[in-house]
Amino acid sequence: MEAKYRIEIYPTIPDNRGKSLKNRLEKIGILVSEIITADNYLINADFTNDEINKLAFMLTNPVIQKYSINSYLKNHKFDFAVEIGFLPGVTDNVAHTVSDVISDTFKVNKKKEDMVFTTRTFFMTGIVTDDEKREITGNLFNPLIQREVLLSFAEYNSAGGFGRTIPVVNIHEDGDVSRVDLNLNDKELVELGRHGILDPDNTRRGPLALDLDSMKVIQSYFKDVEKRKPTDVELESIAQTWSEHCKHTIFAAELDGNAEGIFGTYIKAATDRINKEKGNKNICHSVFKDNAGGIEFDENYIISDKVETHNSPSALDPFGGSITGIVGVNRDEMGFGMGAKPIANRYGFCLADPEDKNPIYRSKEKSSQLLSPARIMEGVIHGVNVGGNQSGIPTPQGFIRFHERFKAKPLVFVGTIGLLPKIVNGKSSVKKSALPGDFVVVTGGRVGRDGIHGATFSSEALSGGSPATAVQIGDPITQKKMSDAIVKEARDMDLYNSITDNGAGGLSCSVAEMAKESGGFEVDLEKIPLKYPGLASWQIWVSESQERMTLSIPPEKAEHFIALMKKRGVEATVIGKFTDSGRGIVRHNGKEIFNLDLDFLHNGLPQKKLKSVNNIVKTEKPVYDVPDFSKSIHDMMSRLNISSFSFISNQYDFEVQGSSVLKPLQGKGNVNSNASVIRPLFTSKKGVVLSQGMYPEYSELDPYNMAASSIDTAVRNAVAAGANLDKTALLDNFCWCDSTSGERLGQLKQACEACYDLAVKYGTPYVSGKDSMFNDFKGFDENSNPISISVPPTLLISSIAVVDDVDICQSIDFKFENDIIYLLGVTSDELNGSEYYSYLSEKLGRVISGGEVPAVNADENLILYRSVSAALQKKLIASAISVERGGLAVAVIKSALAGKLGFEIDLGAVLNEKKILNDELLFSESQGRILVSVNPANKDAFEKTINGKFSMIGVVKANDAVIKNSSNEKLFSSSLEKLSISYTERFKNY
Amino acid sequence: MSKPGAIVLTGYGINCEEETAHVFAVAGADAKIWHLNDLIENKNVLKDNQIFIFPGGFSYGDDTGSGKALANKIINNLSDEFQNFMQRDVLVMGICNGFQVMTNLGIVPGNESFGHSQVALDYNFKNRYECRWVHLKLNNKIYFKDMDVIKVPVAHGEGNFYADEKTLLQLKDNDQISGIYCNEKGEPANGEFPLNPNGALQDIASISDKTGRFIGLMPHPERNFLFSQRDDYTYQKEKLQRSG
Repeated sequence: MEAKYRIEIYPTIPDNRGKSLKNRLEKIGILVSEIITADNYLINADFTNDEINKLAFMLTNPVIQKYSINSYLKNHKFDFAVEIGFLPGVTDNVAHTVSDVISDTFKVNKKKEDMVFTTRTFFMTGIVTDDEKREITGNLFNPLIQREVLLSFAEYNSAGGFGRTIPVVNIHEDGDVSRVDLNLNDKELVELGRHGILDPDNTRRGPLALDLDSMKVIQSYFKDVEKRKPTDVELESIAQTWSEHCKHTIFAAELDGNAEGIFGTYIKAATDRINKEKGNKNICHSVFKDNAGGIEFDENYIISDKVETHNSPSALDPFGGSITGIVGVNRDEMGFGMGAKPIANRYGFCLADPEDKNPIYRSKEKSSQLLSPARIMEGVIHGVNVGGNQSGIPTPQGFIRFHERFKAKPLVFVGTIGLLPKIVNGKSSVKKSALPGDFVVVTGGRVGRDGIHGATFSSEALSGGSPATAVQIGDPITQKKMSDAIVKEARDMDLYNSITDNGAGGLSCSVAEMAKESGGFEVDLEKIPLKYPGLASWQIWVSESQERMTLSIPPEKAEHFIALMKKRGVEATVIGKFTDSGRGIVRHNGKEIFNLDLDFLHNGLPQKKLKSVNNIVKTEKPVYDVPDFSKSIHDMMSRLNISSFSFISNQYDFEVQGSSVLKPLQGKGNVNSNASVIRPLFTSKKGVVLSQGMYPEYSELDPYNMAASSIDTAVRNAVAAGANLDKTALLDNFCWCDSTSGERLGQLKQACEACYDLAVKYGTPYVSGKDSMFNDFKGFDENSNPISISVPPTLLISSIAVVDDVDICQSIDFKFENDIIYLLGVTSDELNGSEYYSYLSEKLGRVISGGEVPAVNADENLILYRSVSAALQKKLIASAISVERGGLAVAVIKSALAGKLGFEIDLGAVLNEKKILNDELLFSESQGRILVSVNPANKDAFEKTINGKFSMIGVVKANDAVIKNSSNEKLFSSSLEKLSISYTERFKNY
Repeated sequence: MSKPGAIVLTGYGINCEEETAHVFAVAGADAKIWHLNDLIENKNVLKDNQIFIFPGGFSYGDDTGSGKALANKIINNLSDEFQNFMQRDVLVMGICNGFQVMTNLGIVPGNESFGHSQVALDYNFKNRYECRWVHLKLNNKIYFKDMDVIKVPVAHGEGNFYADEKTLLQLKDNDQISGIYCNEKGEPANGEFPLNPNGALQDIASISDKTGRFIGLMPHPERNFLFSQRDDYTYQKEKLQRSG
């Protein structure tokens, strides 16, 4: 299909976007001399000549741009041009804005999905080879969501430009629902569960991801209870509701004969016990049952937190996966209680080395290459940039972690903190209930085929004319409009009884979930606004199209709510009502296509029974020649996992909302810290401390201590920044692999034992969690040899804590010369899995492993941490940094670089329980340690306040970093400038 | 004397309205947040107020150029009322995305008629969003009286100031350059990153109209009004403590 108009907009001054692309290509070795970028709008509507010129003018900045209509770039010599546009059905945010501009200017009322389409053209000068052209386009577009056209100068001119073809969605699903025959043998049931419902053309729709036990329960339910065949809509809905994603089947499974399962035995049990032991000092509000978990902020407010993972979508489309991740977890806050206001974002990216250029493929024929680590890294970083910045939510807290096993599937963690008044309209804000008779209202974006069977996507399913189904792109502005209208207006006007977000499973999950409160629902599918016609009933019901909330609204308030949303530029529609019939009923154009017992839908899933195996073996410490410190310390500072990632911190707005206190980059030297602090209310000095801990490198060596270290780190980082331990809570995110294998379950079980023990010791409850249990990849290398890559079992523990007065918070930077440097805690030879051993392994070309992973002495640490809080309270500490990955050496150098001050420390003074070697003292990752600097005037008061083991190891100096051994010999000496180069060089071109 | 009334605009992706309204209230204004659509329905409100603020944010997601789509909506729906408002002895301020909207409306530098832009805020020279603290040398007798060099955060992807030579000369001749990126001593950044975070021509961070009443600036002064917001907060705290 062709658009009536094509508006092209060109820069009239040097093109900054072109220049930055040119630089990016230069970095991968492709030299082009000039790139000009043009923005193109394909507009499919009738206009007069004056109107279309007016529109083009409105889209142009006349100071720096010019436009053309239905023409092409003349009088400019280039070698070739690439045009990138979207595939049919892919969210085109710019096109939506242009549609709004057209509607507002010309009062045209046309559905925005088919009026405007955008493309971008890159005109490149400087001859490059065909291979290089392919590499250029490979860097510019993602075939899963975009289309490209490449023309030479001659082709472009003879064709008269790129033309006006538009990617209109053209699908005609069979509107009828089908009935699925479940009169099948076990083999056929397995096939149905694994590959999905058989379509009339004999292809299967994609996995239901239901195992035989589940299929059999469904079979007997329909045979014995309903006495009929299920519809496809019913089967797809059950599959969504029972999915690993929604029901956490591994965490809920009976493990080694324990029917309580991992979640019940370790995570929930820890929180229950802590809350009970804390009695009236219990900080939890609504944990594990809502979209996020909340803790007490002050007498009037609750602070909520949620961390999600978006791994599979990010592997396919890193930008889309990460942006939908961040705006999706924002919605979890909007759907927490009666609607929390998102006040901060977190992120964490687990990636492979962006310099790794070895391709890997999904298929043996090398037809389906995975995106390179560099592309994945660039895309996931950019997704949180656009999603976070455009939503006006600060993103102060985050980390990156590199491991070669994150190459096939990156881990993308995204989190959001929310603020919710305890009382809304005279009622508790965390108690919400859809009442029988309330309308089911959906608001926000429209429904397309986005995200259907997302987890099981295969690229072959994509062809011309069919919308990209698994991949979604977020629309932060639509969501921002909706969020403001709900959280800042509708909530406090008492316009709804309950609210939840649409995430996995779309309406099928959100409506059924809310219907638990009332006892039933009825929905008429034809009322649901669609992006384009032609969707099958089951697709409408399970679609994961973004930016939607579902609300339960009393009939008399529905009109008011819909009018308010309309005034804010957001669509809201009544699609049905909540009932107390005990049934979920869905009709499409009057015909009933879904009628299930809600109790079966929610509770019918049979519990899995799993067995774990423990085969962790202890090994001896490795033997190696200790490299020279003058080199190893600089090398360590420049490692991927240690070095500055300020290029990420600086592209995320951490100042919006005016709440920032301790920032992601600290001190005059702008060094990445491991904790940040925000102050959510201008009128209160209370703050919120955010941090995290994670050691996937330890998981296979010692899963118990891996989890213990992660918790200790998350807690310690927060304490060092000022957190009140009594008001600290944790979130658990498990990203495991191959989670039905006994060995992986054994690791999981040990990790969870530590989760229980440590949380109970520290009194830090879990308030929310998420798991993603199958991060595995099977594919082929360049030589078509089969390979499999599983992520190292990864547990992210996030911490959130309240600090009563942000004035006690402390940053990592040394402040003044002559301040005394103390190392709190004890250093042991615990280097197994350490960053130093990874470094040695790479340097020596053999695996350096063995000895002990850091163990946590929680009893001692607890006393120490409380005394650190007391010292901060008394303002006796001038800087504090928690010792993490890379050990003492990295911590002391980061404090120095942050403060732009030197130091002299004596390793002989470092407290250690047995005599250990200098490199072990410097790089051991022993837990429970905090490095602080103290004003000499406060020496006595500080030492009296600290309750626990500590050593005075040196002083802050004006220049130079000096490390001495116990014989007072210089082991290491360097200027700060040189250390700064080591710390920042790794990503300086990013 | 009664407080001046301040309209703080919101809607369509503006996102700094709450802190901006708070700061104007602290400074003594009767500041109210108005959604653009409510303002279009109640145009007379403009007559009752003395200050209009375009806060920062991401109106329309910067689609079709930052500030462009919101400026179009104002031209389509509030053109006369806004021009009448500006005829009175009022103040108009635009911060970050609000500055971008003001340049698209032509309010700053305001040397041509309403709706005609004369300067542009192009993509940052790195084509990347930058959030960082910068030094700013100020020059405006109405907003920055007795102020010289301040530290404030910037956070934007399109702040690279551009104007042709004729316009630049006009800006200088009329004393319309109200803020430039500089070092801590107040010396111009001379285009050097990160002092000048976006590549702005002649380090221009802020301009006003000829009267100085209408001003736009890329940095966010509303994000530096509390001690605890400063990027050197813990350092200054420690210094204060030691000096007794």
